[in-house]
Amino acid sequence: MTEPEPVIDRWFTTGPEPALIGRRCTKCGTYQFPPTGEWCPNPACDSMSMEDTELSRRGRVWSYTDAQYQPPAPFVPSTDAFEPFAIAAVELEAEAMVILGQVASGFGVGQLRVGTEVELVVEPIDASGALVWKWRPCSE
Amino acid sequence: MAVVGVGMHPWGKWGRNFVGYGVAAARAALDDAGVDWSDVDFIVGGETVRNGYGGYVAGSTMARALGWNGARVATCYAACASGSAAIEAARTRILAGLCDVALVVGADTTPKGFLAPNAGERWDDPDWLRFRLIGATNPAFFAMYARRRMDLYGAGPADFAMVKVKNARHGRHNPNARYRAEVKAEDVMASPVVSDPLRLLDICATSDGGAAVVLASPAAARRLGQTDVRIRAVSTVTPRFPNTALDLPDIATDSAAVVAPPAIGFRPSIAAAAYEEAGLGPEDLSLAEVYDLSTALELDWYEDIGLCGPGEAEKLLQEGATTIGGRIPVNPSGGLACFGEAVPAQAIAQVCEVTWQLRGQAGPRQVEGAQVGLTINQGLFGHGSCVILSK
Ligand SMILES: [Zn+2]
Repeated sequence: MTEPEPVIDRWFTTGPEPALIGRRCTKCGTYQFPPTGEWCPNPACDSMSMEDTELSRRGRVWSYTDAQYQPPAPFVPSTDAFEPFAIAAVELEAEAMVILGQVASGFGVGQLRVGTEVELVVEPIDASGALVWKWRPCSE
Repeated sequence: MAVVGVGMHPWGKWGRNFVGYGVAAARAALDDAGVDWSDVDFIVGGETVRNGYGGYVAGSTMARALGWNGARVATCYAACASGSAAIEAARTRILAGLCDVALVVGADTTPKGFLAPNAGERWDDPDWLRFRLIGATNPAFFAMYARRRMDLYGAGPADFAMVKVKNARHGRHNPNARYRAEVKAEDVMASPVVSDPLRLLDICATSDGGAAVVLASPAAARRLGQTDVRIRAVSTVTPRFPNTALDLPDIATDSAAVVAPPAIGFRPSIAAAAYEEAGLGPEDLSLAEVYDLSTALELDWYEDIGLCGPGEAEKLLQEGATTIGGRIPVNPSGGLACFGEAVPAQAIAQVCEVTWQLRGQAGPRQVEGAQVGLTINQGLFGHGSCVILSK
């Protein structure tokens, strides 16, 4: 049996302590996600050198919602019968940025508030088993 | 810089080609201006991305449909801000003294349901990826902004419903609006949840429609006897780094780890640039047309254009200040709640409404003594859109 693969290359690590992979400018230290940047987004920096870096695994909810109706393609529902899922935008303190993701299965908007602490997990994105990052409310 | 003519094709789901709506709106605006099409020396189209090649070159598509007249041509795309980008192209060419009379047209035919990305596998397109990886629709973004009002300011579903009730009451009298029935708050709050906390009636529909304006130099406006309405400012600003509010359709914001965020965020900066250019402020406004893609988003705009401070929009609404007859009516046209969105036409339609209001031609939805009006909107991928008009 083969290990499930990320649905998109090089955006996050898997394993017991998964993390999003961002880019960081080697000159000024500015972060960027998604990790596609080949130059620094800081207008005061002319660096063309960005390196991959693992982003904080924990953050606080900036805002959240859910999808009660199936989104249009290219969204692929995880089961044949569409099940609503929650979405959170999460603020990472050290990186001072907000990153969107689905909320881990089993959690809905009822378990969230602006400011709720969440951590990064990876879960299957659909029936293919390919993995995607999600945000899961911390237990404490 | 004068607005000498305005015209619209009513919004709806007519199932016709977008060119027809654009031609109808253009002819209405030319007629309103008393301008012959052969005297227009610059035409600008708002691009539509859902109508094939003719939509990509909307300016020349409209010029051809009206009958080639040799005018200079341009087409502008700035998502929801396309209309004001087109107006700005026409305005600056007139201000440069290169043109006397310009026609700006936007028209669209839109599909039913969620606005979806273009087809195909595009793993490097952020607009495609947000659907593929997260399932984040446009209403999901609007819902996250609404949720922040609730958790930070104590707003509730009743406040959001009140926006819809107000706008429905305004739009009832607008012959160009698609929805012209009164709506009760309980109907809004009983409609199905689309993206918590927003319900179906909190979110604007997509519509077919067309809008056009004719702009003229001061000399040409005098010749036409159309000097009543002036454009005082057009703001098409982009964000300043780092943009720390999550903007549709991005998966992440800029990082503020190295550079501190600007003193004001992107949305307020759109209005601030227009106020500065016009030499006017929020206290000078008689009315505003703001982009109510959702009910809650209208409340964000109250604060972003300076009608009140952060967290005070619900109070302003509840006091009736933003209803026709109040201190600063917002969306007297009925807004997107009554129109539904026709992307390249919508920002032009906002300018049409303010023009009618400043001329005193808005009929039962007239804002008494209107002197100054503002339109505001934001297009995907960092497009500001704000126009200030005055008598
Ligand atoms: Zn840098």
